[in-house]
Amino acid sequence: MDLNIFQYSFMVRGLEAGIIVALIAPAIGIFLVLRRYSLIADTLAHVSLAGIALGLLLGINPIYGAIGVTALSTVGIERLRSTNKVYGESSLALFLSGSLAFAVILLSLANGFNTGLFSYLFGSIVTVTQNDVYTILILSGIVAAVLAFFYKELIYISFDEEAARAGGIPTRTINFVLILLTALVVSLSIPIVGVLLISALMVIPVVSALQFKRGFATTVLYAEIISIFSVIFGIIASFYLNLSTGGTIVLIMLAIFSLILLVAPGTKKGV
Amino acid sequence: METKEENEIKPPLKFSNGVDHTKKVIEIIDVSFSYGNDEVLSGISLDVHKGDYLGLVGPNGAGKTTLLKIMLGLLRPTKGEVKIFGTELKEFDRWADLGYVPQKATNFDPNFPATVKEVVLMGRTGRKGLLRQMNKKDEELAEKALREVGMEQYEHRLIGDLSGGQQQRIFIARALAAEPQIIFLDEPTSGVDMKTQDDFYALMKKLNQELDLTLVLVSHDIEKIMGEIMHVVCVDKTLVCHETPEEFLKDSHSRVIAGENVKFIGHHH
Repeated sequence: MDLNIFQYSFMVRGLEAGIIVALIAPAIGIFLVLRRYSLIADTLAHVSLAGIALGLLLGINPIYGAIGVTALSTVGIERLRSTNKVYGESSLALFLSGSLAFAVILLSLANGFNTGLFSYLFGSIVTVTQNDVYTILILSGIVAAVLAFFYKELIYISFDEEAARAGGIPTRTINFVLILLTALVVSLSIPIVGVLLISALMVIPVVSALQFKRGFATTVLYAEIISIFSVIFGIIASFYLNLSTGGTIVLIMLAIFSLILLVAPGTKKGV
Repeated sequence: METKEENEIKPPLKFSNGVDHTKKVIEIIDVSFSYGNDEVLSGISLDVHKGDYLGLVGPNGAGKTTLLKIMLGLLRPTKGEVKIFGTELKEFDRWADLGYVPQKATNFDPNFPATVKEVVLMGRTGRKGLLRQMNKKDEELAEKALREVGMEQYEHRLIGDLSGGQQQRIFIARALAAEPQIIFLDEPTSGVDMKTQDDFYALMKKLNQELDLTLVLVSHDIEKIMGEIMHVVCVDKTLVCHETPEEFLKDSHSRVIAGENVKFIGHHH
């Protein structure tokens, strides 16, 4: 059986979308990991499911539904945290379970659980349309631009929030922007790895790159390389082996992480 | 409001070195601060003059760090007024003119992936303003700051790989990179060895005298700083004294504070 991956336009689209997402996920993931915000990515991923369900119910593109609902929840999470009535982590738990409950109700209204849901939970590049690719490209471009604009502030806040604030950096605003960008990236990543595996895409390449103990710029570069390699290799491997794409990508990332843990020189110094 | 009370407490100061007593860089006017119902500072009035080298001392929990954070705009006073370079805190926006070297242990992840140079460049962030990218000039100022603290050869090392004393020099360089007029340091010598402490105070002297920087240093190590600073401010919820180290050592009320601190040092070191 001669299967050429590029004969299939859906595979080309999947690779295009995958590479864009692979580029953007670690760029934001590094700040989430260093700020101990990894759980926020996971919460927003679950929240996005409610958006997807809403999209399916209303007949609009589920990615847009996901963007809308995650962005709104971002505001809600920040509001709830700033009231100091609940702990930060508890506010995440409230939103995670609450939105999941909401999603389940919406899905049961929309003729119960169908096969479409499975592809949103675990990703399915087969379903990526050309319009999705454009949407992912444009929104990723916006995320990349905003990240570039606030890059120096984000690094400073991640390293030493108090000193950054004393230096006149609007830390609250920057924190909010970071979470809003996370909501966008989560929504964009759904077609590739699905809701349940998104935080892996943002976190594992970064955690792997951190093992090399290098400077910030170098660490970001390494995370990007690991991410892009895993996504391309994962999409191709899943195609030939007929496996779930999202699962394959995440397992490849985990394999790379384990390999790095074994061989990385733990005391290596310098850039 | 220059309170009478303050004039009574404060003996006439003998002025030395480069302190310009016509220029107030910080004016604290009858400031109080409470965490909830717990009043930490009460009715503090204090002027800091350009070129001063001020030691802020007092027993543990006396509100030293709170006062420092009020001067830095990190905390808003519950009552009273603070002016920085003559501008009220609410309207003040030249934050990059204030350098801050925080207490190291509380704010710093030793595994953070940043080189020494990347850390020093962070100091340029506030000076640049939003939406501006770092350029050649920022790099040069970061390198210059590293030379000032004698750490230029460590530029490419990871911040977490340096010793405590070296890390502190890097944080001072980070503050210097912003080209500030005042540098605030919170307990800079806690947990570092004697040699490192001596190097630190030599560096402070250089910054104060050669670079003409105003320094405000929070410390509980009274014995050590008395030989270094120009003026001492004792805080124990209220302003207990503001005088020269010579006067401080003569004053009986100061000995009470000093005694408490010696006890405190004995407990913790």
